[in-house]
Amino acid sequence: MAVITGTAPRSMPSAARRNIQSFYPAWFYLPAAIIYGILYLLPTFSSVYFSLTRWTLFDSTFIGLENFAQFFREPFLIKGLVNTVIFAVVTSGSKVVLGLLLAVLLTSNVVARGLLRSIVFFPVLVSTVGVGITFVAMMHPTEGVINEGLELLGIDGPGWLTNPRLAIFSVAIVDIWKGVGLATVIFMAGIAAIPQDYYDAAHVDGTSPFQSFRYITLPLSRPATVTVITLSFIGGLRTFELIWTMTRGGPGFSSDVIASVIYKQYQAGFYGLSTAGNVVLFILIAVLAVPLSIYLNRKEGHE
Amino acid sequence: MRMSFRPLLAGIAAGVFAASLSAAAHAQTELTLLTSSSPNSLKLAEGLVEAFEAANPDINIEIETRPGGAEGDNTVKTRLATGSMTDIFYYNSGSLFQAINPQNNLVDLTDEPWQADIHENFKAVVTSGGRVYGVPAETAMAGGIFYNRKIYEQLGLQVPKTWDEFMANNEKIKAAGTTPVIQTYRDTWTSQLLLLADYYNVQSVEPDFAERYTNNQAKFASTPAAMKGFERLEAVHKAGYMNEDFGAAGYQDGLRMLVEGGGAHYPMLTFAIGAIRATYPEKLGDVGFFAQPGDDAEKNGLTVWMPASFYIPAASPNVDAAKKFLAFVASPAGCEANLKALGATGPFLIKGCTLPADVPPSVKDMLPYFEEGGRNAPALEFVSPIKGPALEQITVEVGSGIRPAAEAAALYDEDVRKQAQQLGLKGW
Repeated sequence: MAVITGTAPRSMPSAARRNIQSFYPAWFYLPAAIIYGILYLLPTFSSVYFSLTRWTLFDSTFIGLENFAQFFREPFLIKGLVNTVIFAVVTSGSKVVLGLLLAVLLTSNVVARGLLRSIVFFPVLVSTVGVGITFVAMMHPTEGVINEGLELLGIDGPGWLTNPRLAIFSVAIVDIWKGVGLATVIFMAGIAAIPQDYYDAAHVDGTSPFQSFRYITLPLSRPATVTVITLSFIGGLRTFELIWTMTRGGPGFSSDVIASVIYKQYQAGFYGLSTAGNVVLFILIAVLAVPLSIYLNRKEGHE
Repeated sequence: MRMSFRPLLAGIAAGVFAASLSAAAHAQTELTLLTSSSPNSLKLAEGLVEAFEAANPDINIEIETRPGGAEGDNTVKTRLATGSMTDIFYYNSGSLFQAINPQNNLVDLTDEPWQADIHENFKAVVTSGGRVYGVPAETAMAGGIFYNRKIYEQLGLQVPKTWDEFMANNEKIKAAGTTPVIQTYRDTWTSQLLLLADYYNVQSVEPDFAERYTNNQAKFASTPAAMKGFERLEAVHKAGYMNEDFGAAGYQDGLRMLVEGGGAHYPMLTFAIGAIRATYPEKLGDVGFFAQPGDDAEKNGLTVWMPASFYIPAASPNVDAAKKFLAFVASPAGCEANLKALGATGPFLIKGCTLPADVPPSVKDMLPYFEEGGRNAPALEFVSPIKGPALEQITVEVGSGIRPAAEAAALYDEDVRKQAQQLGLKGW
């Protein structure tokens, strides 16, 4: 049903729009083209060029692909790549599950719904750096609130940010807490768009609440799911602020992600190398996110 | 909203009026000075500027701050490259100084008359292409091991002259229920000390290490004497001598543990004396200092750090006034302002400047290494332009038991190679 009403009228205005566009004279596009050229095209191509040089702020030497060779030789780069993917998958996966569950709760007739909705969205509005610094204090191995709380229960809390195996997951937990509000809001919008008739019809057929969730809410909030996965996956791939404020990629290199590896190269004055790293990050995001988006959108069409 | 504009405008108008009045009274020169935002550097800059302005009423200096560490390096490099640097700026000497392209970016100070009073060792670390570009902003520093004198007294310990004696002391301290060695890896730079302060011992065995290291002929991983720094850090971790929260504690926590007796030793640079004086003045007498011991008691000596410097960027429109400030810093009056701001933290590198008689024990412990017949050597970063930027992460790994010493040394050699290539050195 959605397919029929969705596609038929859409072809009309798009054909009309194409006709209208050709009426604009060339100079009409010029301002936008200049802005686009200076602010987007030029930096993109010059960054590709600079990634092929060894440059200081004062001069540059062309060295071909050596920066890329060096970047892939970085011993902590592999660790950074693995961590980036782990971080993106863990955070986007958790945001989908938690966001959907919270959205179901917050679209139901729960008491003080408006207040609860605001509260779950609140962490999204707080500064990432502030959140990071707060959690560093809370996750302190001996004096932090979290481990002191665990101690009351007789549990010996781990070094959340100082255990090299745990650090990246501790940061991921904070990222989920901070970002789940946005996912919840998107899911709430998705659920609110599902017509009540379906639930009524299902109710008449005698479905259990779980069945209405499984067969109505879940499939029909698919567009929202696609949006949440895409947004949080790309966000996870390019995550930086939280990692940097909480662990600076440490201890050692154990919670480094690509963005923090690149930032450290830049800080150390390896400008060519870090530009090469950014080109790699751009390609990586494209390689992972574009097929994901195509796959998810194709599935949606079959609905 | 609209109402509040009027008083604001009136205020601006009054300010402009007042400014034009005072400009008419004196021909004031306005200078700007960029320093690091660390409490010590800021206090030093404020003390020097205050004393200088009192002596030179026609010059007014406004202090700006930048972050320390790698972010500060970026600020300095960017401002120099874009010609927007302040008239005077405070920055490291040695390898970091070499990385800001002094011959293009800085004003040559070789022929200033006060250069005759500057210690040769300091001139060497602010020299590029045979020309001198700086003036010592602080007293000489050293890297070594601070210790809590009360703990040493209670346990009847002697200041160690060899690494084995040091480890034996640690064992006794641990048996007495106190943390032997404080490590603070939240501030990653503090993890490098046991390696960097070992350099006196390296060069006493391999006198030409710095030169061969700079020329791509000597490596940490293949030079046993240089490897020892990594191994010593590893040994301290393996023996369980570190404080339990070493991964989460920071530099300030380390100082607190040291003065309060929560830990017996803290490997650190002696600028910490200034920080202890600022935060725990009454405990300054409880803290002593010794050089990082090596294998041979006869060869015990101290690894010395040259202080940061003040520089004038070539792009400054007020070079003459800025030079006046530098001349003041290099004079006994400047040293006095320094002492007043920071207190005695080490020997001066300016002739005619002396320390007061009542220096704290940690400074007193430093002085014999600087006297005639005393043994000291500059740290590696002052005799070679190459310092790998990832060292602090690598030493955190060794100190946390994540990476073994031998592997860490090889990894650091790789980091060094990258830095040498970026600097455009020959032979890499």
